[in-house]
Amino acid sequence: MTWNIDTIVISLLLGVLMIVVGSKVSKNAVEGVPGRFQNFVEMILEFVQTQVKDSFPGHNPLIAPMALTIFVWVWLMNFMDLIPVDLLPVIAGWFGIHYLKVVPTTDLNTPMAMALMVFALTLFYNVKVKGLAGYLKMFLFHPFGKFAMPANIVMTAIEEVAKPLSLGLRLFGNMFAGELVFLLIALLGGAAALGAGLLIWFPLQVVLDLGWLLFHILVITLQAFIFMVLTIVYLGMAHTSDH
Amino acid sequence: MNITVTLFAQMIAFGLLIWFVNKVMWGPLSALMEARQKRIADGLSAAEKGKHEQELAEKRAIEVIKEAKDQAQEIVAHGQKRAAEIVDEAKETARAEGDRIIAAANAEIEREVTQAKEALRAQVAALAVAGAEKVLKREIDAKAHEDLLKDLAAQI
Repeated sequence: MTWNIDTIVISLLLGVLMIVVGSKVSKNAVEGVPGRFQNFVEMILEFVQTQVKDSFPGHNPLIAPMALTIFVWVWLMNFMDLIPVDLLPVIAGWFGIHYLKVVPTTDLNTPMAMALMVFALTLFYNVKVKGLAGYLKMFLFHPFGKFAMPANIVMTAIEEVAKPLSLGLRLFGNMFAGELVFLLIALLGGAAALGAGLLIWFPLQVVLDLGWLLFHILVITLQAFIFMVLTIVYLGMAHTSDH
Repeated sequence: MNITVTLFAQMIAFGLLIWFVNKVMWGPLSALMEARQKRIADGLSAAEKGKHEQELAEKRAIEVIKEAKDQAQEIVAHGQKRAAEIVDEAKETARAEGDRIIAAANAEIEREVTQAKEALRAQVAALAVAGAEKVLKREIDAKAHEDLLKDLAAQI
């Protein structure tokens, strides 16, 4: 029983931030001409809605809020990556906390938790839409037809299990690698310590850090977007009776 | 980076977060956006309808103006005709009045001529009597010869 309290606390804080800001916006929302921030939030909502409309067949009131949650929450958690790597751990150190993982998505538990939730929902909707018999039939007769049943079972099982695994591990891998590169860049200046070497290493660190930051803005958004779209697609596949 | 009980905590957190997002953010905001979309659509269709109605009204206005013009023309034509009629009538009346006046004058003249003739006849008779008196150098019994004198006067 290991509780990764840093992960839980930070992700919950970000979730609360999201809820507070969101509820404030929707409380002050006007039907007429929207203000700047309301417009921004509506833009995100519309973006998510478009994604859902494009890649989800039929109608399910759960999908769109779920996609929105994933997009915004994952983005916020990824965003923690852009805060200078040592800043929050040092501040936490002043309060007696000597180990702090700032980015919840670099803790395998967070991406896997979300992926497993998505997986559980796909199972639920698979059974609900196709029926238990229909879902099991898919294991038997897909993808090679009825003459290769054992192979079909193995193939479909791998396919189904690979979905949540790839979903969670992709996010985790990207964020973990990104964080690692930030750490390495941070080590660059530290390795030189004080001395003449600092004249070379320090500017290099700044430039590399800036470059990776700019690149990483793209990565965190892209990863949040991919997680959201794949969730929609997987749930969409669960809703179509034959694929 | 091991899978720990944190996994379940995060799953629960994720589920709760979805519920919250749906309740406070997605639900109200998307309803609002839908309402706005509907309002915009309504406004656009109303504008379209207004435009159409305006077009119709313009067409109707042109029709009404044309009708009014036609009517005005008709009225003017009628008035002109009536005026000509009135003038003709007046002329007719004037001519009749003139004829009547002329006839009356003629009658008057006739009457006066007759009167004058009458008066002349009487005077001639008186003259004739006076003449006869002088010729006969004697009193004539006017009473006895009245018939004779009248006869004479009528012959003149």
